[in-house]
Formats: sequence, structure tokens, C-alpha cells
Amino acid sequence: MQKEGQMREGQVRIPSGCAISGVINRDGRRVDGGAIAKSIAVMHDRSNGLGGGFAGYGIYPEYKDFYAFHIFYTNPTKKSDCEKFLEEHFEIINLSKIPTRKHPKITNEPLIWRYFVMPLPTKLSDSQLDGDEYTLRCVFKINTSFDGVYVFSSGKNMGVFKAVGYPEDVAEFYRLDGYSGYSWVAHGRYPTNTPGWWGGAHPFAVLDFSVVHNGEISSYDANRRFIEMFGYKCTLQTDTEVITYIWDYLVRRKKLTLNETAEVIAAPFWEKIKTMNESDRERLTYLRTVYSSLLITGPFSIIVGFEGGLLALNDRLKLRSMVVGEKNDTVYIASEESAIREIEPSLDRVWAPSGGEAVLVKLYEK
Amino acid sequence: MPINYDDNTYEVLRDRERCINCRVCERQCANLVHKYSAELSRMTADCMSCVDCQRCVSLCPTRALKIIKNPNVYRENANWNSAAIKSIYKQAGSGGVLLSSMGTPEPYPVYWDKILINASQVTNPSIDPLREPMETRVSLGHISQDIERDASGRLVNTVKQTLSLDVPIMFSAMSYGSISYNAHKSLAKAAEKLGIYYNTGEGGLHKDFYGYGKNTIVQVASGRFGVFKDYLDAGAAIEIKMGQGAKPGIGGHLPGEKIVEDVSKTRMIPMGTDAISPAPHHDIYSIEDLRQLVFSLKEATNYLKPVIVKIAAVHNVAAIASGIARSGADIIAIDGFRGGTGAAPTRIRDNVGIPIELALAEVDERLRREGIRNDVSLVVGGSIRNSADIVKAVALGADAVYIATGALLALGCHLCRSCHLGKCNWGIATQNPELVKRLNPEVGSERLVNLITAWKHEIEEMMGGMGINSIEALKGNRLMLRGVGLSQKELDILGIKHAGE
Repeated sequence: MQKEGQMREGQVRIPSGCAISGVINRDGRRVDGGAIAKSIAVMHDRSNGLGGGFAGYGIYPEYKDFYAFHIFYTNPTKKSDCEKFLEEHFEIINLSKIPTRKHPKITNEPLIWRYFVMPLPTKLSDSQLDGDEYTLRCVFKINTSFDGVYVFSSGKNMGVFKAVGYPEDVAEFYRLDGYSGYSWVAHGRYPTNTPGWWGGAHPFAVLDFSVVHNGEISSYDANRRFIEMFGYKCTLQTDTEVITYIWDYLVRRKKLTLNETAEVIAAPFWEKIKTMNESDRERLTYLRTVYSSLLITGPFSIIVGFEGGLLALNDRLKLRSMVVGEKNDTVYIASEESAIREIEPSLDRVWAPSGGEAVLVKLYEK
Repeated sequence: MPINYDDNTYEVLRDRERCINCRVCERQCANLVHKYSAELSRMTADCMSCVDCQRCVSLCPTRALKIIKNPNVYRENANWNSAAIKSIYKQAGSGGVLLSSMGTPEPYPVYWDKILINASQVTNPSIDPLREPMETRVSLGHISQDIERDASGRLVNTVKQTLSLDVPIMFSAMSYGSISYNAHKSLAKAAEKLGIYYNTGEGGLHKDFYGYGKNTIVQVASGRFGVFKDYLDAGAAIEIKMGQGAKPGIGGHLPGEKIVEDVSKTRMIPMGTDAISPAPHHDIYSIEDLRQLVFSLKEATNYLKPVIVKIAAVHNVAAIASGIARSGADIIAIDGFRGGTGAAPTRIRDNVGIPIELALAEVDERLRREGIRNDVSLVVGGSIRNSADIVKAVALGADAVYIATGALLALGCHLCRSCHLGKCNWGIATQNPELVKRLNPEVGSERLVNLITAWKHEIEEMMGGMGINSIEALKGNRLMLRGVGLSQKELDILGIKHAGE
């Protein structure tokens, strides 16, 4: 319950610690959200009940060509305005309330709706944008101009489910055992102070990029002020939000590879670059020079979800814990090894990636 | 003898017990204050000529000297204070423009002193620079965000024409002529050792210093003194000087007596003639003309060198900077109104321009709003006094800073603000060979290296405290700053919150 006078994400910057977990079946096998919920539940003490969430990939195969919008209406009277906006810009293929179950520990829920949409062809061609950029701009427009309406998931064949509460309770609330995906990420949040606004929970997602993050980055305002030059609006003032935008900017708009993007945000130190072979040295010097303002400093461990894979990354000093485990076709990533052992006790391999070392896991090529 | 309306500003106090009549003070004072009187068998002083440069105090072997403010009082008047009255006497006597040197001493607000820096506690760790790498390297120049790949998909390095600095500090423009050969040599040697740059100022480059070219920024000012092909080719970057913080809107004037043989050769003007830089560049009457000069210089140097455009911080600085960013410049240098000078009309120095802190905040924000911040780097100067000022400047949005007064202080300057008299007892702002040789460039460069090294350590400590281990992550990171005792308007312009928020 939001106390009067307390400011929510976006009105004030709130530091938080956290737990993260992710799992991916490289063979594309889809599993329900039960396992990931079990995994994140082990790290209960790393969150404080003020935010939990999940993202699943491959969960909407029947609608895989459409953008799936998940929307919170904290002000239900704005729903018709928002839907009018959607109708003006998109063809709505399907819409429904997202099924939830009543849960004693999840209270004060907003209206939560899901829309499968595609950009109206005439509007899209008028805009001279591609479908992703068009959709992203519409999402920004909704989130900044309709008070009490918040689009928290907008990718294709994926979806974010989040709430104020402990992650295991959030999973039950959203009936995650009813969705199956080839990859899942989860987040349990430990904010120092938040009134508990559902939009402030994680994962944070734009289009099909979702980010869960544990840490508090010291480069925040440098990153924010840079990325906002390119049309992004950091309305939540959270680290996760700015990291997600950086990811979207470098990968989708600048067409950097995922590994190159990791090299920008957790760049090796200059003294290390100096010792590298010529081709690495040249690439890293170039990337550090061009995207110097997108270097992220301070502690973080993140899992980035995207269509077809997961990427895990620590800050370059490894100031947050993160381990990776492997069993057959499945790869697990979590803040603590216990969260992996909970769902797969006998791993083939388990290791702690070093600071700045990206772990990229993709579905096998078909 | 006509009445001297003015009194002396300083008094020389000599401890008769300590003075041994060694006459060091007499030999050291180019202003001829000290004199041995055979008649009285003791030292005497003509306080009227004393500029309080502290040379005699520093060299007196028995510590017998003190320079104090003349306690003589004019009848107190809050409006007509003694400085105001003395100016009238001076001008009524001379009929001339009042001249001054170095930055304004007037008590304008120093915003650096009203900004505080953040540090980490609990929620994120501070970083110990003695144990972990701490990066202060920056690149300056036009840096395109567009990615190019070759046929094999490899990234193509399109970043050319940049300056790379090991620490975000450069020595800003001071011409050979306004300062001495040995002062220039000290700066050049220190820049080379530190992996940074010094700046020739508008007086050309002495032939002896071409060897320091890769650490040299060569300046092209409105007088075009000493500008020719070899000069442009010699430097690592070319700076077009449009203005100077201490005297926005006017040119420069180096008196004929400073145009000694070497200075005349370097400036390519006859010996003994006044070197007058016009107020505007006579080929730049508008922004499109600037673009032509930028590209003329690039053409002349085969697009190998970044071009810096230096302007004074004036009221409309953000719009001007935005225009410059679209004119092909790679770097914009902004000089705040507290910046130094070898000579400027006092009224201009003390009344024209705006503080660098506000100019920087406004320019950085404007360029970001227009999405062109990365088209140029921003270098700011105009009274950067210590490492904390630098941290604050970078967090407000600067890529690097220019220092000059601080560098001269390291060389021994005592800020007597009399450079325009050409009698610098410290061998810095003079061309008198007897005075110049007092500054040993070996010692001078070492002191400069010490200063910048010390500041680098301090910058690293402050960054580490904030949990930042690369200066890139500090640039424009205004959340790391808070204001104290500032109005909401000032905070809004600086783009920072008040302490406690």
C-alpha cells in the first residue's frame, strides 16, 4: 500500500539490492514457470517483499508474430483512453485480462491486461520507422502521457510478470505454472525504500529485451544523460531501466553483437587492453572511445533475456556474486549456487564467471 | 613635483634585527623597491613600486621581510571604497584605460565552492585506488556513434583526429611573449612527461619546441602571429581562439618592449612593434565563416588534427556552442570569466562574461538536448584551482579542463597580477633575460609534473569514494553533485539537486 507522501520510482531514485536467477534450455524445450519460481524462492532473504518478477521466452507461440503488451492500469478509468490510443496505432489481434489467482500476500493489485498487437500498416509506413522502433515509441508515449497506465512488457513471444511481493508469491499470483517457455529469468528485489509500486518491480523490458539486475551502479546519471539523447526516457530512475535502454540502443539500433555490447558496458581496463593482441586491442579501444559514456561502473550482475537466448554479465570488478551451472542442454545462472542446486542438484559444471566476462547462451541452431 | 594622489597599496616591513644588509632583495626586485643607502648604512624601500610579488620575502636569507597591506585608510565609504577612489586618481592622471593581469579578484560567487561531491555508503562499495585500477584516461574529439563494418564483419575504426590524455587536464593557452621561454619550456616538458598537452597561445611556436609537437596544441588567433604551414603541422591539435574569459569581446595587446628578438622571430613581426590581435577574426564575422576557417585548417593539415574552437563564456554561450558543434569543430573550449590573462582592461576583466560553472552546465545540457553532445568534446577553464574543481567540472559534463593560473603558481607565480608590466620577478611573465633565467625549466617542469600527479591521485580518491573506477562514468554524472546555499534557479541551471534532497 503506497503511503501518502512517499515517492515511487520515477519520482525519486531508490537504491536496491537483489537476487536474480535465469534458466535456458538450449534445445528449445519448453518448461513451465514452476522451476524458476523454486529457484528464486531459495534466495528469499535477498529480497524484502517489495518487488518480484519473471520473464518467460517462447510462452506465446500461437501469437509469436505479434507484440504482446502487458499493461498495468492503476487508474482503471484511463483504460479506455489507452485502448483508444492502441486502436489508433495498432491492429489488436487479441485482448484479455491476464489471469491471476488471489493470493494473501499480493494485495492492492492494479488491473492487468494483455494485448497482442501489430502496427497499423498505414501508420507504420507514414512514420518511416521499422516495426520495433514504431512500437517502442508508442510504448514510451503511453507510459509518459497516460497517468496510471503502464506498459511493462512489449516483446514478441515473451512476457514479463511482476508485482510487489516476494517472487515466489508473485509466481503463484500470475499462475506461472500455466505458461511454458524455453527460457526464464527471475528477480527478487531489496529496495531500500519504495512505496511498492508494481511498475517499479523487475524485470524491466523493452520489446523483447528484458533485464534483471542486482546492484547499484555508480555511473547511473552519466549513462542516463547519454542514452536520453537518443529518444529514451528514464522515467523510473532505476538502474535496470537504463541498462535495458543501453542494451536496446547498442544491439537493436547500433547493431553491435551481444558480446560487443558486453564489452562496452563492462569494458576491460585500459591496462589490460594494452596487453591484448592487435585485433582485440583495436576493437576494444574503439568501443571504449565511441561509447565511453555507456561504460557501467559500480556493482552489478545482470541477466539479459532476448529472443533465443540469455546473457549474463558482472561488473568488471565483480562486486556482485553470480554463478553459472550447466547440465546437459540446460544452463542456469543465479546470484547464489544454492538457487541452481535447488532445481538441478547434479550439475555437469558450475563456475563463477569473472568480472566483465559475458556468458552468452543461445538456443541451438536448427 | 606634482601631487601624488594615490597612496601605496603595500608596505614593506623590514625587521632591522634580522636584516644583514646582504642586498639580495635589492638584486631580486625588478620594480626597484629595495635600495641600499650607504648614507644610512641600511636597506630602504620605495613602497610605491611594490606589487607584492613576494620574491624578496621568499629569497631573504634571514626572513627579515614582510609585505603587508598599507594600513593607511581613506575615509570609509561602502560605496566609494578605496579601490574605486584610486582608479579615479589613476585615470585622472593618465587618461588611459585601466589595465590588469590574471583573473578577476572581485568577490563574485565561486560555484565550485557551493557544490559537494557524493560518496558510497553500504548500498554500493567504494573502491580503493591503491588496490584496484582507477582510470583517468580520456579521448577528446568528434566521435561518431555510427558503426561501420568491413566485409568480414569487423568493426572499422572510424575515430580519427582525437587527443588522448592520461588525465583530463591540459595547460591552456599562454603565448610565448606573454610568458617567457623558460616558462614555455617548463610547460612543454611537463606535458610530454604527463601524457597531456600544453598550448602555444597566440604567439607562435619557438623553433626549439617543435620537438614537443605531439604534446602541443597550436593556437590560431585573430592576429595570426607565427601561423604558417610548419606550425600547423607541428601540433597535435589546432585551436582557433575566438575569445578569452578574462576579456571577452576584445583582442590582445603585447607591448613592443616584450617583442624581443626571439619573440619577434616566433611571432613573425618586427622587433619592438606592438603585437595587436584584433577583437574579431577579420575573416570571421559569422558562424558560417568559422566553419570555413575550421575546414581551411583541416585542409591545410590533411584532416589529421582535431580543431578546437575556444570561446569566452558569455551570456548566450549555449547557443554559440551549439553553432560551433555544427561547424566542424572537434572540441569546444570554454573559458569562464574568472580566467587569467597577461593583460586586460580592468573593467572588462571584472565585468564581462559569466562563471564557467554555469556556462558548462548550460552548454552540456543544450548539446545533449539537441543530441549532438558527442559531436564535440568540451574543455573548460577559467579558474580551475584544484582536483575537486576538476571532479565537479567533469561531473557537470566536461571532458577535460584547461589550467593556466594554477600551472603558473606551480612555477612560482604569486599572483601579484602585474604581468602586463613585464617585470615578473619570478621569470614567468617577462622577456627580460636577467629575470627569465630565474626560472629553471628543469625545476619548473618537475613542479608541474608533481602538481598534476598529486591532483590525479586526489581525483582517483574521490572517484573511488563514489564507487566509480573510470572517469568516463563520472562525465555528466550530475547525481554525484549537490548544491549548498544555492537558489532553485542556480540549481536548475547547474542541473543538480540541493544537499539533503
